Amino acid sequence: MTALLTVDTLQPALGEFGAVSVAHKVVVCELEVSNFLAAVSALKNSFGFDVFLDVTAVDWPNDALRFEVVHHFYSTSNKMRVRLKCRVPEAAPVVPTLRPLYGSAGYMERECHDMYGIKFDGNDDLRAILLYEGFVGHPLRKDYPKQLEQPLVPYRF
Amino acid sequence: MYGKPLPVLPAPKHEKTGAFEFITTRKDELAGWARKFSLFPYPFVTACCAMEFMAVSASAYDTDRFGAALPRFSPRQADLLMIVGTVTQKQAPILLKVYEQMCEPKWVMAFGVCATSGGFYQNYASLPGIDKIIPVDIYIPGCPPRPEMVIDGIMRLQETIANGKHLIVNDRF
Repeated sequence: MTALLTVDTLQPALGEFGAVSVAHKVVVCELEVSNFLAAVSALKNSFGFDVFLDVTAVDWPNDALRFEVVHHFYSTSNKMRVRLKCRVPEAAPVVPTLRPLYGSAGYMERECHDMYGIKFDGNDDLRAILLYEGFVGHPLRKDYPKQLEQPLVPYRF
Repeated sequence: MYGKPLPVLPAPKHEKTGAFEFITTRKDELAGWARKFSLFPYPFVTACCAMEFMAVSASAYDTDRFGAALPRFSPRQADLLMIVGTVTQKQAPILLKVYEQMCEPKWVMAFGVCATSGGFYQNYASLPGIDKIIPVDIYIPGCPPRPEMVIDGIMRLQETIANGKHLIVNDRF
């Protein structure tokens, strides 16, 4: 890669995977789950996005495709970020894992599974990382009661 | 170097006259007086109140003046458990174990509003006040509390200790 990648050059290149827009100087690509792995491979191998920043989710309780899984990547050579969003339904909240591509993805996928219950296909180690064993439900979903506690030590009163 | 050197006087000869050879006191008063000036705190420090805890321990405010100076990092050698900061549900079993490892007599101080009542954390993650799992002797509110409030809390705890019952001897004595 010789020329520095810019927002303007990345934008059309991602067009084949989904709808591309720019928000706060970050390229955002909203794509289908089926295109997701291809898009991430292209970002990593062709465009030099070598850092996996985070995966999180947004809960839209009234939508048919309830969860929006959001991935962020960073390119240290081009000093730029990109955001991928894909929608998954509540019945099958499954997104392919990125562990084969980015070693650090395992921890963040565990956190996302803790908080939103997103399943990462191919990641067989989705143990609780911030929550604890025996915790029922996913606390950052909109339908989790705001003050529901699940104490590990029985309360005195 | 400065001022006049003081003359060295010979010490008065000690004679047994019967005056002040012994004093009488109540057992609880004596034990309470001794215990209130030798608090050995165990700092269970979990969150941002630690900054205020450092300030109150350091020379400007100096809890050393109240005998509560030397932190023991083993619960078995401590008699004052200071919970400084938010305690999460995941941490609650650890706090309970630390409390149970402490020997009698022991006192518990909830330092800051999170330890007192959970503060503004009313959610799945945090314990709504440590008194849900262990008994607490003194609560210090504030986010974080001012050092003056902590010193006031220590003094009130000392008052409680001084006026309390101290079971240091059994019923045959």
